[in-house]
Amino acid sequence: MSELITRRSVLAGAGAGAALTTLPISMVTLAFGGTREDFTFTYISDAHIQQIKGASFVRNWDMGLKRAVAEANLMKPESDFVIFGGDLGQLGKREELDHGAEMLSHLKGKLHAVMGEHDFYLDLGDYWSKLYGPHYYSFDHKGVHFVVLNSILTSEQWTFHRWPTAEQRMLEMAGLDNPNGSPFMVGDKQRKWLANDLAKVDKKTPLVVFSHSPLQKIYKGWNFWTDDAEEVQALLRPFDSVNVIYGHVHQIQYNQIGNISFNSVMATAWPWPYPQSYAQAESHLPVLTIPMNRADPFFERDATGWQLIDIGSGRVTARYQLWDNDSRTVAFDHKAGHPVDVAYQEPTQRRLPQNHF
Amino acid sequence: MLRSTLLLAFGLAAIGAPAARADEFTKADVDRYQKEFEQVAAKGRELWTSGALGTNGVACGQCHPNAANTHPETYPKFQKQLGKVAQLFEMANWCIRNPLQGSNLAPDDPRMTALVSYITFERRGVKLAPGQH
Ligand SMILES: [Fe+2]
Repeated sequence: MSELITRRSVLAGAGAGAALTTLPISMVTLAFGGTREDFTFTYISDAHIQQIKGASFVRNWDMGLKRAVAEANLMKPESDFVIFGGDLGQLGKREELDHGAEMLSHLKGKLHAVMGEHDFYLDLGDYWSKLYGPHYYSFDHKGVHFVVLNSILTSEQWTFHRWPTAEQRMLEMAGLDNPNGSPFMVGDKQRKWLANDLAKVDKKTPLVVFSHSPLQKIYKGWNFWTDDAEEVQALLRPFDSVNVIYGHVHQIQYNQIGNISFNSVMATAWPWPYPQSYAQAESHLPVLTIPMNRADPFFERDATGWQLIDIGSGRVTARYQLWDNDSRTVAFDHKAGHPVDVAYQEPTQRRLPQNHF
Repeated sequence: MLRSTLLLAFGLAAIGAPAARADEFTKADVDRYQKEFEQVAAKGRELWTSGALGTNGVACGQCHPNAANTHPETYPKFQKQLGKVAQLFEMANWCIRNPLQGSNLAPDDPRMTALVSYITFERRGVKLAPGQH
């Protein structure tokens, strides 16, 4: 356990002679083999910037994103780059994407963006592309191969032939539990691109894949789901160490399927219930996941936040910066071969839970 | 006996009421009662997902898909932030005032009835657990 001292806290200490205030963060740095270096990047996701009208936006969601950006900028040492995990806007409007992008523009360091369904289904990602470029791409950093996928596509029929207007299409997909929605998928074309992209990469190179929806199947009714998850997983299987990081679910989840570790990230906007709290349907939260406590609406930022992601030995340590909860760290346990919560994984270490119901 | 029957007949005739008794209802009636409820619950779902209850366009369903994490079976219960035992409609109003930036609905406002109908419909089959935290 150690602490990262923020620039803010350093200033506070120097100015008033007050005790240093620090953001407590448990450091789980794992030994790194070979020539690769350990490094950290920042992950902010699901801001859902929502226009009321004209220049007014929902204050609550604005504050979440602003706070994440401000805190990320205060971290020391600085992280290598930033990922925004999708759903920058609520209804994909230019006004929303512009307002969100303006806030994100204050971030230090290079920003890589992931497409969310709320960014896409108004104009099929056209305006988002003007801000952030291609919908899927890859890059390399310090010996790790990073892949950004657009996992929120769906069938041609639903996308092009089902709805009379683009606005209605966006609204139908924006309702998480809307039975008129459609299951997410990566799709043939992008899977072909992925296969080609990965063909150039040595199987010993650690892979980190970013998607908006989980590349695993948890609950179809809320699209905690990607329809062709198994096909994508098959392309990732030949690699020694693979990590998938996804947004969309607005809650902590983690899992291990074969060689692939899965970590979700928090939203800055609002939390979602765990799917088991919906009594009328079956869902499959990974058994590894120790859920968060039930969110308390009286704390506006409860169960929202952002994260620092450490890469060590080709595996992910997700350090959740939770504003109204104690922070949590989910790290890959090399002995167990899967991610664990470093504090709460053992049943004897759990707190009195606020159950999900 | 005869007297009371006569009196009853007289009474009914006098107020012109139909000759139905308390326990006389048909399958058609039961279906109609059910339909009435379902229509109100459907209206509740519409309000839940529409953003029309507040002033900022935020909808209840944004945080509560399928009305999950509202646990109507636990109300009334103590809410430490309200400092008292509260009913479900009070929590619904809290959300309308805060995240939705709107104003309270009366407990018997048809819209509140619709919301509570929808919330409880999505929790059908779950055991009552009043007061549970
Ligand atoms: Fe989201």
